[in-house]
Amino acid sequence: MKFKQYGVAKRGETSVQLRVLVTLSAIVLALLTASIILLVAKSNPIGVYVGILQGCFGSLYRFSALLEKLVPLLILSLGIVVAFKMNFMNIGAEGQFLMGGVGATLIVRLLPGLPAPVLLPLMAVVAFAFGALWLIPPAFFKSKFETNETLFTLMMNYVATYFVMHLQYERWKDPAASGMPKIANFPENALLPQVQGFHLGIGIAILLVGVVYILMNRTKTGYEIAVLGASENTARYAGMNVHQTILKTAIISGGICGLVGMIQTAGPSGTLSAEITGGLGFTAIIVAWLADLKPVRAAVVSFLFAILIQGGSYIQTAFQIPGSAAAMIQAIILLYILGSEFFLRYRIIKSGKRVEVA
Amino acid sequence: MKKRLSLVLALMLLVSIIAGCGGGAADNKDDGAAKDAVKVGFIYVGPKDDGGWSEIHDIGRLEMEKNFDGKVTTIIKESVPEEKSEVLSTVRDMVDQGATIIFGTSFGFMEGLAEGAKEFPEVTFMHCSGYTVAENMGTYFGRIYEPRYLSGIVAGMTTKTNKIAYVAANQIPEVVRGINAFSLGVKAVNPEAKVYVAWTNTWYDPVKEKEAAAGLIQQGCDVTAQHQDSVATMEAAKEAEILSIGYDLSAVESMPEVYMTAPLFDFGEYYTQVVQSVMDGTWKSEQYWGGMKDGVVALDTMTDLVPADVQEKVKEEEKKILDGELFVFSGEIKDNKGEVRVEEGQKMTDEEMLSVDWFVDNVVTNK
Repeated sequence: MKFKQYGVAKRGETSVQLRVLVTLSAIVLALLTASIILLVAKSNPIGVYVGILQGCFGSLYRFSALLEKLVPLLILSLGIVVAFKMNFMNIGAEGQFLMGGVGATLIVRLLPGLPAPVLLPLMAVVAFAFGALWLIPPAFFKSKFETNETLFTLMMNYVATYFVMHLQYERWKDPAASGMPKIANFPENALLPQVQGFHLGIGIAILLVGVVYILMNRTKTGYEIAVLGASENTARYAGMNVHQTILKTAIISGGICGLVGMIQTAGPSGTLSAEITGGLGFTAIIVAWLADLKPVRAAVVSFLFAILIQGGSYIQTAFQIPGSAAAMIQAIILLYILGSEFFLRYRIIKSGKRVEVA
Repeated sequence: MKKRLSLVLALMLLVSIIAGCGGGAADNKDDGAAKDAVKVGFIYVGPKDDGGWSEIHDIGRLEMEKNFDGKVTTIIKESVPEEKSEVLSTVRDMVDQGATIIFGTSFGFMEGLAEGAKEFPEVTFMHCSGYTVAENMGTYFGRIYEPRYLSGIVAGMTTKTNKIAYVAANQIPEVVRGINAFSLGVKAVNPEAKVYVAWTNTWYDPVKEKEAAAGLIQQGCDVTAQHQDSVATMEAAKEAEILSIGYDLSAVESMPEVYMTAPLFDFGEYYTQVVQSVMDGTWKSEQYWGGMKDGVVALDTMTDLVPADVQEKVKEEEKKILDGELFVFSGEIKDNKGEVRVEEGQKMTDEEMLSVDWFVDNVVTNK
């Protein structure tokens, strides 16, 4: 970009004061903007904002609903973090999620009689494998022929979606559903155990935060991923096996996203359907990016996102805000926060000369 | 990195504190309202102003609310996907907010509602167009095939190319039954005409609906009909300057250029009855399927786009249905593979109609 009078330049490290200032102003501005929409929708903005929080923390049930929204988003963002760290733009989390669901469902259909302690881990392993399998082709072509993985992984999402629709409408259609295009519900032994609405997925998610943290910060693979992400040439000069690292990363990233397919089918949904992802595979990309590709931060950002999702759903029924207005509030908050990142990463400079920015 | 983290944590803490304080105050308010009013929840598959299916339920809801004059409050949730966990969490949200009666108005909500009925035995569930019942869950629907048949007569008598477009949602008995009733109406007045069906696999997606309609119009169809929740099919008809039959809700004001008539629902009275019976403690789980004589379904007043002779014919047949002289699914009916499905002199039973999975012989579909 070139500007005559004003320009932008990359910042170095930002001070904590600045971060507080920018993020807080973004939130305040977002809430102010959203208030206009709420006023048009004839609602009291402050009541609604409090309502969003109430919808998440107001009761044990609402909190469990919040965590239910958090789990898939967090795990998907962890999978994405691994790939993005290597500068490998995995936009295909949706597809890996769905294929993981296909893997888990396949096992349930093939071996429905296995006891839960054997069946569930097996489903998880196969879901991981299916998710990984869905990311291997883009990784392979990237490492061999330098194809564009962004487009490749994006396209693989559509293949996965239509494949699941095919299963749902034809091949795996439940004959007992009298024409309704759905896959039969999993039997009891194929469902994740749950206590008071909190299912095992939360435990898995927390565990994965630790695993990915250690992987990225304490292992050789994590180091290789980071180096390769920073500069492929450096990685080569250092004698790293680039092809192998790309494939390894794809397996880990796709596998983690695939695991979500198992957790959601065996958890809240109880079966596979093309609707199961709810677009979370894309939301998780924003989460990963806002978290600066750090696993622990991803947990925090996912949590805040889950508040937006659960709170946004709650205010629709509690305050009778139209679904479209609730979605607009979410989008406005998101837009401002994403926009504020710009001011954290760049600074505006005033100058008479032309300024060139990378 | 640590600094940023601590900031976020501080924000969260702040957030939780506000939540804690706010929670108490507003909950009290909720309790106060719940004491003197019954809270009824409605779950919709599309926006409440979709111009069709969800809108007629919302009109029914408002009419019911008005009938009770403050004794009943309602809450709604729009655009809920037909996915068990989404439906179930909507049910939980509504019960959490004090709803004691829940109406779910899309076929695919069935499992989520059934699961919710198990979880909340004290709540009354009513599912539109489904077939699963429980002690605290009933179903309700309208015999829309009656006005569908009449709308088929309109289409059969107004087509010139003898090709009629029918944009259909999901291939479930409800939709198949509608196509068959419509096609029988067409056949009764125009044995030459065929009904061309395009499937969208969605109840509400204006873009897909319009595309499907445009595709059929390009194949030479000159009248459209639909089993979709939006007016997108009629929009395609408007662009092609042909005539159209709507569904669910009158489009006389939104689509005056193409709208001839539509099979309509009216749930206001029914919703009032159900809520009243729950309040009286007389409600019993049932499978309600009301017809034209019950006022739940009707053919909309035909517009001036329908020629006078057609209007006359339709009114004759309408009277026959109301008098019980005409039953839409009477034999002999052949399917589109040539097999006789209903013998001469026979009538389809409710059970057969509710599980129908074949198409009558003037239907053209790839399914």
